[in-house]
Amino acid sequence: MPSPLLPIRISDLRLVKGDRAVLAGINLTIGEPGITVIMGPNGAGKTLLLRCLHGLIKPDQGQITLGQLSVTDSRDQQAMVFQHPVLLRRTALQNLAFAVPEIARSEPQRLLRALESVHLADRADQPARMMSGGEQQRLALARALLSKPALLLLDEATASLDPASVLLIESLVKTQSAQGTKVILVSHDQGQARRLADDVVFISGGQVAEQSPANQFFTAPETPVAKAYLAGEILL
Amino acid sequence: MNALAEAFRLIITLDADLFEILWLSIRVSLIALAISAVISLPLGTWLAITKFPGRKFCILVLNALMGMPPVVVGLLVYLLLSRSGPLGWMGLLYTPSAMIIAQAVLITPIIAALSNQVIENLHQEYRDTFYSMGVTGRRAVVAYLVDARYALTTCILAGFGRAIAEVGAVIIVGGNIDHLTRVMTTAIALETSKGNLTLALSLGTVLLVLSLLINALVIGVREYAAKRQYA
Repeated sequence: MPSPLLPIRISDLRLVKGDRAVLAGINLTIGEPGITVIMGPNGAGKTLLLRCLHGLIKPDQGQITLGQLSVTDSRDQQAMVFQHPVLLRRTALQNLAFAVPEIARSEPQRLLRALESVHLADRADQPARMMSGGEQQRLALARALLSKPALLLLDEATASLDPASVLLIESLVKTQSAQGTKVILVSHDQGQARRLADDVVFISGGQVAEQSPANQFFTAPETPVAKAYLAGEILL
Repeated sequence: MNALAEAFRLIITLDADLFEILWLSIRVSLIALAISAVISLPLGTWLAITKFPGRKFCILVLNALMGMPPVVVGLLVYLLLSRSGPLGWMGLLYTPSAMIIAQAVLITPIIAALSNQVIENLHQEYRDTFYSMGVTGRRAVVAYLVDARYALTTCILAGFGRAIAEVGAVIIVGGNIDHLTRVMTTAIALETSKGNLTLALSLGTVLLVLSLLINALVIGVREYAAKRQYA
């Protein structure tokens, strides 16, 4: 079943910081299920766009609708995994229980299964913040998935993680996408984008430079800036 | 030297007068601390995570109240509880209850301001995640209090240290009445003025040991929290 938060329509989204438009009129429609990867050079506005989608930042101008809903109304159907996971000063299991108190009361075994899915079942009673970066991110993903979100947002969620954690997270994201969750992922990692993306949104200078299916984007990018990016050139 | 030796003898032999004063001091300060913690911790947390016009002014006032002179607190509570005061009908003046009220008033801004700072730092860290998880209101306040439990314990211990060492306010509202409202600090002041250094030194020693214990506890709590990544 496709995500009820589709299509995602963003029109004329603007965000100004100081005297600089960091999002300079984003127009974008994401209508297809699967995994959308947002790519672009540093400072292009990828993370800001994701944060606007999640409601963490209120844009100065523009509109976002998800299915028939506004950002605020769709919040409980969204989940976001940040680049630096913030875990509570509690055990791994307590972190999950806090995120979904009703499930923790009625179906506590679901929490254990969630830990198993990220290979942390044996760490259930460990203080979460004593875990490695990869383990913490896996726990953050398990926490995000427990609410069965219709839209999963990942902001550089695998940056600087160990390969085993990256592999596991990618596999879980693919599974989740196959089950109907719309996934939007910000990534700098071209290899990861090639492995995961169904379609790519390329952002440059606070605007959408290109939006195309992944195969097309990686084989024949349309814009010079995307070509330069894929060629590994440094974009300022 | 003789006075010091005698002081230790009083402590070692568990002198009844000494321990009556000690017990009252601890009882008054602990009750004041409990009352203050119930008010100040949620207040400090609420001020840290809620945005409203005048919030910064409230925090400014709270910080200013941390340095409120105890004698002024004593005077205000005295006026409140004196026979002609608004709460005079309760007949609390010159009772341990009056001392508890004075100490609670004195340490509430201290614990609230310290906890406000602790929670504000935690809020910076948790804000986006809590927003993402839809954690707001009472649930957020409780979560902050639970997660900052070790840092807040040190705030509470600081409040207890301030309360038990307090003399100005409790002498005004308690009256330093023997066997009724005489606590360690007021007894030390009285016995010193009378020249009875033995009891004053005994009480002073106990007060010092208590202060050391509180500080050791603060360090212990901090180290435990840091080791478990709960700091």
